[in-house]
Amino acid sequence: MSPALSEFVTTAHSPATDPHLHVWGWEIPVYLFLGGFTAGIMVLSGWALWRGRRNARSHPTFSLASSGLFMLALATISLGMLALFLDLAHKPYVWRLYLTMKPWSPMSWGSWILLLVYPVLVAAVLLEPPHRLVRLLPAIGPLSQRLADDMRVRRGLGFVSMATGIGLGIYTGILLSALGARPLWSSGLLGPLFLASGLSSSAAFAHWASPEPDERRQMAWLDNLFLVIELGLIGMLLIGLASSTEAHAEAARLVLGGPYTAVFWVGVVGLGIVVPLVIQSLAVTHRIIHTPIAPILVMLGGLALRFVIVSAGQISHWPRLS
Amino acid sequence: MARLGMVIDTRRCVGCMDCVVACKTENSTPEGMNRDWITCATRGRFPHLSMTIRSERCNHCDEPPCVTCCPTGASHVHEWGGVVLVAKEECIGCKACLASCPYDARYVNPDGYADKCTFCIHRVEKGQDPACVSVCPTRCMYFGDLDLPESEVSRLLASRKHHAVLPEAGTKPRIFYLE
Repeated sequence: MSPALSEFVTTAHSPATDPHLHVWGWEIPVYLFLGGFTAGIMVLSGWALWRGRRNARSHPTFSLASSGLFMLALATISLGMLALFLDLAHKPYVWRLYLTMKPWSPMSWGSWILLLVYPVLVAAVLLEPPHRLVRLLPAIGPLSQRLADDMRVRRGLGFVSMATGIGLGIYTGILLSALGARPLWSSGLLGPLFLASGLSSSAAFAHWASPEPDERRQMAWLDNLFLVIELGLIGMLLIGLASSTEAHAEAARLVLGGPYTAVFWVGVVGLGIVVPLVIQSLAVTHRIIHTPIAPILVMLGGLALRFVIVSAGQISHWPRLS
Repeated sequence: MARLGMVIDTRRCVGCMDCVVACKTENSTPEGMNRDWITCATRGRFPHLSMTIRSERCNHCDEPPCVTCCPTGASHVHEWGGVVLVAKEECIGCKACLASCPYDARYVNPDGYADKCTFCIHRVEKGQDPACVSVCPTRCMYFGDLDLPESEVSRLLASRKHHAVLPEAGTKPRIFYLE
């Protein structure tokens, strides 16, 4: 008996959608990673501010709640927004984002969250402004002193920073999951997953860069927790997709035997989550010393996660033969 | 308010692509990009094969995800006829609408904005049919108000077996194919 035939031919030939959607290149994964990383810093440092932590050193550092970390967050979110801007096909009209508020469009409320991120980060930097900035703008000195001494301001700013960071982190995932035409993205778990990944990347960075030994140990523990959560969310995401409609199961197969299997399981899960989890577990139990290897792997894994999800998501589609 | 839609008789369509050429001519679509196209699906087991030819385009869905996800409101539902349109001067070219469309009906115009079938709204507002409908040599395409019981499209849908493309995507498409 001859094999069953199921053939679909189209004359559309759109460069953006044939043979599959490919509208987003490196810019969007980079933006999603930097947005998540910034969100993680805002949550962790916001938490430290809320707890009333002060930087013990006289110069900016990368310890939690320090101006160095908040300035880094300003840099990473700005780079992320630059990547996002580079992706736009109609760049001169970008200001249109801020003429309207579309509550059902994650991209719309995300753009407003991004606008809120800046004043929060600037206010946090002002709590402990770098000396060079105070020399340039002497008026900042007394203002910062007043802000830094007021516990209500510190705690309030810490709370706002955490809330904005959680919103930003979740938004980077919801941005994709709202696009139901791409089955791989069609899961509410992408928001929590990208938030967990952002928290993990920022905790890894603090583990690596903080000058405080206690804080480094604390961040390694916390990063391990975020990595375990991330692993659980990835598992739930794949189970959810694989047990859903044929289109969703087909999307899950992209990383379960399909073209993204190796990069996902080796790059994202293996080198980005499991290996650093083992290394950091050994470090926090004093069996090996803390090194930058695990934090760097975690951050690269976070970036790889965005690349795989964005790229594979564009390949996933509803069956054309319907 | 009218609810414009299209009915296409797959028994008559021969895939001649006159509709594609008419659309390109009428709307001056950029080279290499089309607002409508022909699909040909072949199924079965030799020698018992069946082939379905469809003229496809934006489905002007009742629940258009491209409009929902648009962050600026550039993608919108026209007040007359419920036609889904793009205001190019409001589009930032974020391409979320391209990613949200299960029919892959949109493209990015070389000028940077998202573009797609408009049901030839400029012709329809003058009482004419869309260009693709008006040139079809087999008369397989019908256009009209789906909410008007006496319209030709409503009568065809009431009397003939039909289907839409990807109804499972939940967008409530407004182009129907007679079987």
